Amino acid sequence: MALAFDEYGRPFIILKEQDQKTRLRGLEAQKANISAGKAVARILRTSLGPKGMDKMLQSPDGDVTITNDGATILEQMDVDNQIAKLMVELSRSQDYEIGDGTTGVVVMAGALLEQAEHLLERGIHPIRIAEGYEMASRMAVEHLDHIAQKFDFGPTNIEPLVQTCMTTLSSKIVNRCKRPLAEISVKAVLSVADLERKDVNLDLIKVEGKVGGKLEDTELIYGITVDKDMSHPQMPKQIQDAKIAILTCPFEPPKPKTKHKVDIDTVEKFQTLRQQEQKYFDDMVQKCKDVGATLVICQWGFDDEANHLLMHRNLPAVRWVGGVELELIAIATGGRIVPRFQELTPEKLGRAGLVREKSFGTTKDKMLYIEHCANSRAVTIFIRGGNKMMIEETKRSIHDALCVARNLIRNNSIVYGGGSAEISCSIAVEAAADKYPGVEQYAIRAFADALDSVPMALAENSGLQPIETLSAVKSQQIKENNPHFGIDCNDVGTNDMREQNVFETLIGKQQQILLATQVVKMILKIDDVISPSDY
Amino acid sequence: MAIEKILKDDASEEKGERARMASFVGAIAITDLVKTTLGPKGMDKILQSTGRGHGVTVTNDGATILKSLHIDNPAAKVLIDISKVQDDEVGDGTTSVVVLAGELLREAEKLVAAKIHPMTIISGYRMAAECARNALSQRVVDNKENAEKFKSDLMKIARTTLSSKILSQDKEHFAQLAVDAVMRLKGSTNLEAIQIIKKPGGSLMDSFLDEGFILDKKIGLGQPKRIENAKILVANTAMDTDKVKIYGARVRVDSMSKVAEIEGAEKEKMREKVQKIIAHGINCFVNRQLIYNFPEELFADAGVLAIEHADFDGIERLALVTGGEIASTFDNPESVKIGHCKLIEEIMIGEDKSIHFSGVEMGQACTIVLRGASHHVLDEAERSLHDALCVLSQTVNDTRVLLGGGWPEMVMAKEVDELARKTPGKKSHAIEAFSRALVAIPTIIADNAGLDSADLVAQLRAAHHKEGCNAGIDVISGSVGDMAELGISESFKVKQAVLLSATEAAEMILRVDEIITCAPRQREDRM
Repeated sequence: MALAFDEYGRPFIILKEQDQKTRLRGLEAQKANISAGKAVARILRTSLGPKGMDKMLQSPDGDVTITNDGATILEQMDVDNQIAKLMVELSRSQDYEIGDGTTGVVVMAGALLEQAEHLLERGIHPIRIAEGYEMASRMAVEHLDHIAQKFDFGPTNIEPLVQTCMTTLSSKIVNRCKRPLAEISVKAVLSVADLERKDVNLDLIKVEGKVGGKLEDTELIYGITVDKDMSHPQMPKQIQDAKIAILTCPFEPPKPKTKHKVDIDTVEKFQTLRQQEQKYFDDMVQKCKDVGATLVICQWGFDDEANHLLMHRNLPAVRWVGGVELELIAIATGGRIVPRFQELTPEKLGRAGLVREKSFGTTKDKMLYIEHCANSRAVTIFIRGGNKMMIEETKRSIHDALCVARNLIRNNSIVYGGGSAEISCSIAVEAAADKYPGVEQYAIRAFADALDSVPMALAENSGLQPIETLSAVKSQQIKENNPHFGIDCNDVGTNDMREQNVFETLIGKQQQILLATQVVKMILKIDDVISPSDY
Repeated sequence: MAIEKILKDDASEEKGERARMASFVGAIAITDLVKTTLGPKGMDKILQSTGRGHGVTVTNDGATILKSLHIDNPAAKVLIDISKVQDDEVGDGTTSVVVLAGELLREAEKLVAAKIHPMTIISGYRMAAECARNALSQRVVDNKENAEKFKSDLMKIARTTLSSKILSQDKEHFAQLAVDAVMRLKGSTNLEAIQIIKKPGGSLMDSFLDEGFILDKKIGLGQPKRIENAKILVANTAMDTDKVKIYGARVRVDSMSKVAEIEGAEKEKMREKVQKIIAHGINCFVNRQLIYNFPEELFADAGVLAIEHADFDGIERLALVTGGEIASTFDNPESVKIGHCKLIEEIMIGEDKSIHFSGVEMGQACTIVLRGASHHVLDEAERSLHDALCVLSQTVNDTRVLLGGGWPEMVMAKEVDELARKTPGKKSHAIEAFSRALVAIPTIIADNAGLDSADLVAQLRAAHHKEGCNAGIDVISGSVGDMAELGISESFKVKQAVLLSATEAAEMILRVDEIITCAPRQREDRM
């Protein structure tokens, strides 16, 4: 720790308890940071691509997660290092923004850091490197715009969308049935999409999973499933043309929020109170019946008595339905959420063609399906699978596929996958680098090299000779001036990604490059790390 | 400089070969643990809990054994999970699924050692699993049309399932019990309707199926012990002090006499309630909640049998069998459905009294009374019977049936072998390995029975070379026998679930190349 002395030779205390803190500065700090960032990237590197491997994560409570989704791996890893936390953030923001490519962005950032290390060793100032990277990333993004293709799809022609989703799914464990899952995702997104405004509200798609059965049994339900059953075991299990009252008030005696007391001091009062209570229950049920409801869905619980009254009046009911589900039901059935019994009117009831209870397996597992709704804008993807981890992983994969489909609806430009876009950018950036005067030239060239690392990792994971394959593809791209050549991960025999139908979204790719560059710039600018020593 | 530490202090990270080895070792250890329980001559395990009293369980049910283990290895957890799912989904085959997954991993380990990439192994396994499933579905027998034959199929399946359990001595008896119980369900898979009551004493052979319903409760004092043509009201209502539920209500009095008045009113209220209940014209009242002494006395006065504190399942089942509805309010007696039964009486099973409802209207629910020498025997018998019931109820829904005794595995192995020969490339090694893993199951069954597995399995393979062969391992005589003649059958649904979940689990573990273990959450010591 560097110390400052005054003119009498006494040390200045600048930091509180400074002798207990460790401090890294200058080149040393940068190198330490870079090596931490690289270490994180190295963990994810093997998960990239269709032949990427999974990671097994054991949480502090002993639960096991198996995944190859970059964002999930990083989130569950107990990361301590500050720079590593930045990388975690990076992957998370890609997840929020795009939903896919969370592994790629970290690998990209790792490669940029690695290149920066070489440049630092040659004595180039970190800020100059950062600026060079910035310029290069702009070039790469522009180039991506240039090579991107638009493709048309409509509600009838979903093939291109399905193909893109399949590219995403092929790197996951579910790639065994990627085709049906991709179709399910696309159909789900299209049925909730607003094609005019080019927007998709993914909240309308519910992804539910239940252990058991096989992956092929996964289905798309045009409606809602609720993990609940009828409140009374003897209520009907199937309701045709249901009119649904959606309530957020409990079938229970009123509980005013202001503090109050009801004093009972005479026998008469006791009896009137009792009668009122009975009448209250009766009124509640009668109100529902009067407006013509044939099913009551309630956010709260029921009293035993109310439950029986409902059963008695032949009014099936579901209790303890969560808020999010309640909203979805309201959207799907076109009903209104009613907070008070007095406000129930026939117009506020939701409508569904069929409501049924379905039981699974040998245990008493029941779910409620609400189908053929008035408004089919809410859908549910219902996943089945061999074990809990499989279901969780499928949920994550479906989420990625949904995001990809949404991005395509927002912006229908695509680039080709399999590393072809990165290689093409790398060639463009490399060529542009020579035209730049100044030290930045080196940084730009390094950026081009870093871009190569994604296809390199793909080739490595697929069991190909990385350097050999990459150089072959690169020369092919330059020779034929065709940006569609990539790494042939699945050993199909051609490396034209257009023929293999491997697509990625343009915005996803651009976002990857921009985010990775930003984080690397941030890391490079740090020249002093002060951390409290362990206690 | 050295690589910075990224993970938190106690977290650990295992990579590549080491990670793979850790998961193989864990999974194979689990497999070896349960594999001795496989088959009719499989052995049981004693499990001692670490909780208070060190309770002991003796079982050979795979799911039960694995559920009670405390495992730290993440790959082993995957296997335990699939066994649990198999239990929930089809009820039986919980050991087989773990053994098959373990054998698949054991074979995969060899292939990985021979420098074949895990992804290649996975794609080979997938092809093999698909092929095996097709092979099975081509050889199924479906007797849905023929009720008589189907029933005998069910009997065979029940016998096969039970033969590997503690009930194997009396499997004929219990198979009959299970089939009868399941047939009463009429296609529903709701096993809740079958009540199993365990009473120590007697022998297993004394167990019986009762068509009526037995409630493990005593009849209130001074109430009739026997009612013919009972009208039963099933209720879920508070029969202690019927509180005013309006929030914030409280009693405020200024003199003793008022207290007495209110108490009188309360009593009056309860009396009215009882009157209303009796006005339904019933002579038996079953409540889920407590019945206090005062109302009980009122019921006794009216000659109504009142049963309190029947648990929730009991209530539901009772409502199901007697055809009544569960009531909570009693204001309109005309529209409440009341359950009926011919006779209610108190019976003795062993030394305990229970209430027996016989001659009920709806025949769906029934009760199986298990008798046996000790609690351990009874617990195990219940688990075995539960397995049999699960399998049977699943078979009623999916009526396809296969032969047992290692026959399905050999059929699959043969087809998979064919496929391996036809497939070019490295995948064929994986497909071959899959077939070896399948053959491991009959091998283990034979080994557990103390037979010469190498010889038997070779004979079996030779026998299967012929088309349409029914050969399997006859454990009793220790030779290859005709499974159709011996009447050993298994449900297609169970076998398919075993095959698919085992492959899925093996695939999942194979795909892993890195294990990151977080630091265990610190538990505060409660001193």
